[in-house]
Amino acid sequence: MQPLERIRVHLSVNGHAVSQLVDARRTLADFLRSDLGLPGTHIGCEQGVCGACTVLLDGVSVRSCLIFAAQLEGSAVETVEGLAGDALHPLQEAFHRNHALQCGYCSPGFLMAARDLLEENPSPSEAEIRVALSGQICRCTGYENIVQAVREAAGALQSEGRDA
Amino acid sequence: MKPASFRYVAASDVHEAVTLLSAHGDAAKLLAGGQSLVPMMNLRLSRPEILIDLNRISGADGITVEDGALRVGMLARQRAAERADVVRTRLPLLGEAISRIGHTQIRSRGTLVGSCCHADPSAEIPCVLLALDGFVRAQGPDGMRDIPAADFFLGYFQTALSPKEVATDLFFPLPAAGTGWAFLEFARRHGDFAIVAVSALLRLSASGEIERAALSLSGVGPAPLRARRAEALLLEKRPDGALFAQAAREASQEIEPADDVQASAGYRRQLAQTLVGRALQEALARAAKEVA
Repeated sequence: MQPLERIRVHLSVNGHAVSQLVDARRTLADFLRSDLGLPGTHIGCEQGVCGACTVLLDGVSVRSCLIFAAQLEGSAVETVEGLAGDALHPLQEAFHRNHALQCGYCSPGFLMAARDLLEENPSPSEAEIRVALSGQICRCTGYENIVQAVREAAGALQSEGRDA
Repeated sequence: MKPASFRYVAASDVHEAVTLLSAHGDAAKLLAGGQSLVPMMNLRLSRPEILIDLNRISGADGITVEDGALRVGMLARQRAAERADVVRTRLPLLGEAISRIGHTQIRSRGTLVGSCCHADPSAEIPCVLLALDGFVRAQGPDGMRDIPAADFFLGYFQTALSPKEVATDLFFPLPAAGTGWAFLEFARRHGDFAIVAVSALLRLSASGEIERAALSLSGVGPAPLRARRAEALLLEKRPDGALFAQAAREASQEIEPADDVQASAGYRRQLAQTLVGRALQEALARAAKEVA
């Protein structure tokens, strides 16, 4: 086994197969934005604190600034671009209806963290929502409306009988 | 920032990781969950020339009971352990401690073994491992060895692992039935590093005296430590508020906290006293309940 500066990885991003040669030092966040042209994943602190870069990796929410693309052979990544189909995802609808975003910088991270929460716990209490979103920072101080939106989306998803 | 350039190699088993570590020495770092290492790399506080990724090693994410201990493999994620039935039923102390590590997204990747190897003095898992008299299993070029927690944590980000060893498992001895427990931590915000964290275990004899007392603290010095003098004070006595207050005071005197940007040494000492007192009460309430 030889350590390499560039590594070829095969993975799935939002359901599409991707094969790419990446620098060892390329984070997943930069890989998505710069190599794959998916700028929906935002980068804030690049040290795992702000939550803006949150994506799903094999179904669970992670910080894409703290994972290297080289590590992702055979993985499945989902970004905010994968949420909407022909219509907005119920979480996106609920964020829209509840004015749960102002500048929007943190929104992709909040949406992916909320999606992870609702996948695991389809009817969370308000306290559970607050804990689940505690790793996401919104500098426009929009937390109340974000929590409200996640509650509404949970209800909408349940009455539709579908998974998050 | 972005990390400095490095070369990447994925080890396919522990033996290969040890071989790579031996071949590349100080130039290499091991990557498990990466939730402490990668921020340090992004901030250029750490600039390994070679990153040896452990994440492709199969069968290393076990969370099982073996010889009366919870065995946690090197790739077991904090999130998986927090939700594991065996942790909920047999070692809720560990689940409670994990729930205080960062946030869900950090715990999705972060490992328990990695947390011990990183050895941040305010970390939760080392505090629990130490309270339970657990140990770390390590594999090196000369074979395997088990290192007791009491000998493992040497100081700020320093452990007893040699530069050629890979930590493969943690063993948390399961407390006897009826043992009360508590994990308490104070941080300014949910998910922040603990200013002080306390693990407590208490078991009462049939006649109501304390027959086991374990107290460990994080955030109060260069490494987590056991409050041995406070433990000795508690043994063979009947628990009451005055005894707990005395033990809490003793614990606050046997730690050596430092001043830093988070808190002064005096504040940490006072916090330790308060948390130890509360942790003993909480552990006693659980011990009494489980005996009855």
